[in-house]
Amino acid sequence: MKKKESTLKNMLSSLAIVAGISGVCLGFVYGLTKDRIDAAAQAKKENALRAVLPPFDNEKTETLDMASPDDANRRIEVFKAYQGETLVGVAVNCYTMKGFGGEIDLMAGILPDGTLNKVSVLNMSETPGLGTKMTDPGFYAQFEGKHPASFDMKVKKDGGDVDAITSATISSRAYCDALERAYKIFNQVVANN
Amino acid sequence: MSARINQWKNFSKGILKENPALVLMLGMCPTLAVTSSAVNGLGMGLATTFVLVLSNMLISAIKTQVPDKVRIPCFIVVIAAFVTVVDLLIKGFLPALGESLGVFIPLIVVNCIVLGRAEAFASKNGVFSSFLDGLGMGLGFTLALTVLGIIREALGAGSFFGSKFIEGDGIIVFILAPGAFIALGFLVALVRRLSGK
Repeated sequence: MKKKESTLKNMLSSLAIVAGISGVCLGFVYGLTKDRIDAAAQAKKENALRAVLPPFDNEKTETLDMASPDDANRRIEVFKAYQGETLVGVAVNCYTMKGFGGEIDLMAGILPDGTLNKVSVLNMSETPGLGTKMTDPGFYAQFEGKHPASFDMKVKKDGGDVDAITSATISSRAYCDALERAYKIFNQVVANN
Repeated sequence: MSARINQWKNFSKGILKENPALVLMLGMCPTLAVTSSAVNGLGMGLATTFVLVLSNMLISAIKTQVPDKVRIPCFIVVIAAFVTVVDLLIKGFLPALGESLGVFIPLIVVNCIVLGRAEAFASKNGVFSSFLDGLGMGLGFTLALTVLGIIREALGAGSFFGSKFIEGDGIIVFILAPGAFIALGFLVALVRRLSGK
């Protein structure tokens, strides 16, 4: 078969046909995978909530969308979890920009009296082997069951009570910064109640 | 008979003799960036192979229908479509892998191996030859990425496909960017030595 000549008409029609067919195929695959992608994102969020909060009823969970205390354009998701009619905990999907590798997202589960239940790191790009140790129990266990009134959530270098990760002070500081922001949000939520 | 030998060559040249990552030095960005673990290397390699095989076949099939002056835009649209399909499939069915490969899956669009094979091979050869070329090149790329991933993971994290064989940390630098360059350099040197150049 002879090659088509590069006339304007040929060029336009072949580009349009290639782009059109590609578009239709993409639409089809998107429709096919959309539900699964949404379900995966939903499952991930729910697992994070289950990991940081005491047991709760699914249907009763309230989701709030709040502005970050430091940046009005940044939204923070807050989940109020109920067991029956009682509030059992508040999970704050908070962030810090002060990580060694930029942003760190974590989910902080806080009990109604302000005690920190558990924290789970959702996203980070810290140095492997150093900053990534924030997901080891050796670091995060020191926060569990602590109340900010009796446990200053700052690293010891900054005058707080937190043992920083060896040679990853910046990452540890960022972790504390994110928790501090989570508590600001938590206090707003409690004040609104 | 000689036709069959030629077809075999189309397939096998990509695996060692013209290995895209280790000999042709194409696709260095994903090679260096995603090989911090063996699974990532394997996943990235297979995703690229998938795109390479399909785009090679399709481009070979439409090569006479596409005027020369707009061939590159047409190839890129075809490649981008396949990459987006792979991206959606991985996100839907293997979300964990999708998360660790992150932005590198969409970036297969601009991987020079894919466009390079489209331009240098598929636009001049038949559909079946292009299929074999894409498969060989893809598997060669997968092999290179997986081997590099195994080396870096073993030295850097002390594990093999995620299962630890020593306690504690490895030599952390091998997980980081400098380790990618060091490991790749030694691997390329080894391949050149073995291929007698």
